[in-house]
Amino acid sequence: MQVTSAIRDPLITGGKTLKDVSHDVSRQVENKPTGLWYIGMAISLSLLAFGFYCVCVLLWEGIGVWGLNKTVGWAWDITNFVWWVGIGHAGTLISAILLLFRQRWRMSINRAAEAMTIFAVICAATFPMMHMGRLWLGFYWALPLPNTYGSLWVNFNSPLLWDVFAISTYFIVSLVFWYIGLIPDFATIRDRAYVQGADTRAAIYNALSFGWQGGAKTWMRYESVALILAGLSTPLVLSVHTIVSMDFATSVIPGWHTTIFPPYFVAGAIFSGFAMVLTLVLVTRKVFKLEDYITIYHIEMMNIIIIVTGSIVGIAYITELFIAWYSGVEYEGYAFFNRVQGPYAWAYWSMMTCNVISPQLFWIKKIRTSLVATFVLSIVVNIGMWFERFVIIVTSLHRDYLPSSWTMFHPTMYDIGEYLFTFGFFFTAFLLFAKFFPVVNMAEIKSILKATSSEGKHGTPREADKTRH
Amino acid sequence: MLKANEESLGAAMIPSYDFSKANTIVSVGANFLCSWGATIENTKQYGQTREVGEGKNEMSRHYHFESILTLTGANADYRTPIKPSEEGAVVIQLYNLIANKAGRSIVSGGIEKPTLAKAADELWENRGKALVVAGSNDKAIQILVNGINDMLNSYGSTILPNLPVNYRMGNDEAMATFMNDVQANRIGSVIFYNCNPVYDHPMGAQLAESLKNISLSVATGFKEEETGTLCQFLAPDHHYLESWNDAEPRTNHFSLAQPTITPIFMTRAAQESFLVWSGEEQTNYFEFVKENWRSRFYQGGQFDFQTFWDKCLYDGVYEQTAQGGSVSFNGNVSEAASSIATNYKPGDLELVIYANGTVGNGSQANNPLLQELADPITKVVWDNYVTVSPKDAGDISFDESHTKLATITVNDKSIKLPIMVQPGQTPGTIGVALGYGRTKAGKVADGIGANAYPLVSMVNGSLSYVATGVKFQKHDDEDYQLAQTQTQNTYMGRKSVIQETTLQDFNNGTFEKEKFRPVVNTWKEKDHKIDPEKMTLWNNYEYKGHHWGMAIDLNTCTGCSACIVACNVENNVAVVGREEVINRREMQWLRIDRYYSSDANADDWTGAEKASENPDVVFQPMLCQHCNSAPCETVCPVAATTHSTEGLNQMAYNRCIGTRYCANNCPYKVRRFNWFKYHDNKQFATVNTSMNTDLGKMVLNPDVTVRSRGVMEKCTFCVQRIQSGKLSARKERRTLKDGEVVTACAAACTTGAILFGDMNDPESRIAKHLKVRPTYPDKPYVNDKDSENLRAYSVLEEINTRPNIFYLAKVRNRDEANV
Repeated sequence: MQVTSAIRDPLITGGKTLKDVSHDVSRQVENKPTGLWYIGMAISLSLLAFGFYCVCVLLWEGIGVWGLNKTVGWAWDITNFVWWVGIGHAGTLISAILLLFRQRWRMSINRAAEAMTIFAVICAATFPMMHMGRLWLGFYWALPLPNTYGSLWVNFNSPLLWDVFAISTYFIVSLVFWYIGLIPDFATIRDRAYVQGADTRAAIYNALSFGWQGGAKTWMRYESVALILAGLSTPLVLSVHTIVSMDFATSVIPGWHTTIFPPYFVAGAIFSGFAMVLTLVLVTRKVFKLEDYITIYHIEMMNIIIIVTGSIVGIAYITELFIAWYSGVEYEGYAFFNRVQGPYAWAYWSMMTCNVISPQLFWIKKIRTSLVATFVLSIVVNIGMWFERFVIIVTSLHRDYLPSSWTMFHPTMYDIGEYLFTFGFFFTAFLLFAKFFPVVNMAEIKSILKATSSEGKHGTPREADKTRH
Repeated sequence: MLKANEESLGAAMIPSYDFSKANTIVSVGANFLCSWGATIENTKQYGQTREVGEGKNEMSRHYHFESILTLTGANADYRTPIKPSEEGAVVIQLYNLIANKAGRSIVSGGIEKPTLAKAADELWENRGKALVVAGSNDKAIQILVNGINDMLNSYGSTILPNLPVNYRMGNDEAMATFMNDVQANRIGSVIFYNCNPVYDHPMGAQLAESLKNISLSVATGFKEEETGTLCQFLAPDHHYLESWNDAEPRTNHFSLAQPTITPIFMTRAAQESFLVWSGEEQTNYFEFVKENWRSRFYQGGQFDFQTFWDKCLYDGVYEQTAQGGSVSFNGNVSEAASSIATNYKPGDLELVIYANGTVGNGSQANNPLLQELADPITKVVWDNYVTVSPKDAGDISFDESHTKLATITVNDKSIKLPIMVQPGQTPGTIGVALGYGRTKAGKVADGIGANAYPLVSMVNGSLSYVATGVKFQKHDDEDYQLAQTQTQNTYMGRKSVIQETTLQDFNNGTFEKEKFRPVVNTWKEKDHKIDPEKMTLWNNYEYKGHHWGMAIDLNTCTGCSACIVACNVENNVAVVGREEVINRREMQWLRIDRYYSSDANADDWTGAEKASENPDVVFQPMLCQHCNSAPCETVCPVAATTHSTEGLNQMAYNRCIGTRYCANNCPYKVRRFNWFKYHDNKQFATVNTSMNTDLGKMVLNPDVTVRSRGVMEKCTFCVQRIQSGKLSARKERRTLKDGEVVTACAAACTTGAILFGDMNDPESRIAKHLKVRPTYPDKPYVNDKDSENLRAYSVLEEINTRPNIFYLAKVRNRDEANV
């Protein structure tokens, strides 16, 4: 018996040819940047400059310029750290897990998502750095380096040390994966540059592409490496945020000491990561006119992932509340009562609204295929996910075991400034990436062009098949 | 009081008190643990009566009647709020109740108050072991108190008239006469000997005005201060640690003061100045003192004078046998009662002016350690304020110490202060502390708060620290934030934090039955519960040598806070100032948590946040618990905090990179982070004086590192003292003796509520007191300890941190759990 599957809608619309793909993507690199790009860059650089000032004051004066206190030792710093790391997860999920599952719709967005991962992880890493009282020693003392202190090793029991390994591994693997994916596309730009007679650009992109020559053997090796790296990255999607969650889960603080954290954090990470990918991709496709490459179908697929992960997160919140009551642990019970009803209830309910209620709107097809609604909700989700980390960190700490030490946390200009610093960095880096690197993976797109492009030269795939026979 | 004793007992003296002999103590406004009489002696003796344990199932019962919540009131078993104008009436009522029993005639007046009749009954039952004290300066009130004590046979048992004390002998009337004479230009010349009446006398402002009319004014003192700056001549005196001196604090008890440092500045002892000015030939004050002792005390005999002198110096005290003794009471009580009736009319709003437990009368206000020491009750630092009962505070939420300013006017003199909402305060009463509003004390104290001395008035021939015709105006548009080290006042009914019981329950076994002991259900069978410590994953430590531990008795801890200052001084703890305390970043390694009771049930989490109107108070010294399974140790990424072989949780400052993970994970929140560089930093120069100038740095303890910015610090159990104790023992080739090493806090504790020692030494006081036994009999190599003392518990036992500090539950001597 022969099973004929239904014809899928094309992933790339607009009847693009192979040349069109190269042209549409490479022209951003070849042409002068648009005015919009300059405006974006100006805003990003001013954020970066203001943030840099705040970082300098922090390093010069001490952690006291933040609003932390004897009871709340972490607040915006680690909130931002977890938030940025979480955002990074979508890129890895898209490029690794979806590759293994042969989800070809990922091809249009994986490049931008991976770039986002790299930049997000860098942003994330600045916070554990900056939050250290003595960064000038901490940046290398946290590594298990041989030394002459006797020899003095790091504490392998500490989840913070696991973080160091998790984040650095994650960063290196993501960077390599992303860069290897870029190599054939760099070569495309180089080739076009030769044709256009732009020798300098050709030389630079030639170097960036490691002299890629596109032989069949090279492609074969390239594919194998991509598969191997995807295999390596896949566990990282799960492990990195699991380890981040252990910073909290292994502690004794009520509201932190929770076994549900690893899956809950991973789901939350993917949830926020996809929201961030959507925010970025919606802007990129508009600005760079890539509507045919990143279609409503892509947006809808990502929104479905947001429904799934958002629901997991919602269930996790409710489970936490249930267990706090069911366990009968006085302190756990109070920690959650305090989240819901205490002085930070506004943060808790912001989180609940943004993370649990808002993604449920995507059950409605009209909303999940609407660009405006998706854009708004993607930002709402990321606000909610920021509040989630803030709620977990600050509301658990500010009222823990001994009521005598209960305090409130009030952010200062420098708490905000350091957050803006990472925004400045992130958007500056992303804009540079969008200008100088191919934002869509041309090589991979070309592989699905023929099979999916119904309006192309060859007609629909079925028609194409007919002509072939 | 002097005058009252002169009239009613025939001697103008202030007797010594012996609280340790008292079974029933009634105090009417006498804050005897903090500002009334010989506070340290009182505290020690009082503490002795509060000890409870096996073999001692009795403790004193303490009734307290007062207007503001004081340290002493906070320690009372029965505390009744009264208005200041009612103090006299309460004393009259008590007099009458006891006179009825004693068969003496009663006087007119008196007022019914809860617990007053009960107090009278018990005082009478405990005749000879009872004591009544009153805080008022009024002669009439003190005469009645003397009458009560006479009926209770207190003289000779709890009051020792044969041991009069020689301090607080000032005469308010004489001082007032002097002030008036100065104003009327009747004084030609004046010498102010280490005193500061321009600041601390109600008529100080007038004195400041008229001082310039005096032809010769001289002030001695080791600092300028308000009075000194207005005098023509200032004669810089030695600091008391630089000078020789002698004293007779109590009749026939003589004491010598020996300098501990050569004078730092070009100063001359004031006494030497007097010798010079009076034209004496012998102007060396040391020789003068010595000569005086030779002629007055040296009786020849087998020792030469030098030996006698050296011995006195070594002992620090020379006693002569006491003379005198019994007194007889013949005061005119009815006259006193009628004087009270005329002098005290209730007002709508009454004011109490008091000396708090930190800066006191303000003479030492320039000491930043005192400014940053939280008031034991209000927990406010670096400020004075007007305490107002929650009922009177109206709409002030006092959320995070945010409050409004208010103007208080008495006799046309006003001061403006922030409002402090204070549970336990009598409604219709406001309280203001003395000691603030200094203008020439130095860079630390100048400009903090307002001076309350001008509000003090003369009543019945003595200074009265209460006032009735008070105008109180709240300024709703003027916001202010007080700096408090603790803003949550109740312990939320958390039994693993505070355990308390009544004496009755303790003695009849109820406490033993109901004591909070956390248990964990196991998988084995239904209702199989075990001690959480039995399910640890850790191997635990083996302490082969010493195992340091501490016992803190919540019953004998009065909350006085001397331990905090001792700790600060010993360990070079930075003072951070008002702003940083508002930011909740005080650096103190040891704090005293003060909790009020709440009327709400423990499961009403919103209600339990609110303190009762007249709350029970419990003080809990909180410091690093030196956990055997320390949550801080596992989380440090660089192993900067580790466990010692003697049970200490230790901090390697040099290794710390400042992630603050340890502080977050500390369930006791005792770790302190160096948010800024507190030493050699202009930002902290006016508050942290001991770390910012070369002169100030002489105060620092050379055995303890001054921590740099960005590192974590916390209580070390005074490891420098432990190490030095071990070294001297080793040099002498012997083992360390119990009591040879004590932490600064334990050394400073008057009542011995803090006991430190080696739990591995079965003969040590702590081992016996706590009755330590090994936690794991099946694991002989593990040296973890439990306590078999019934009152002992670990704070937050259920999270299994296994602290090396044990707390002994608070016992209240009350018939019922709650009044």
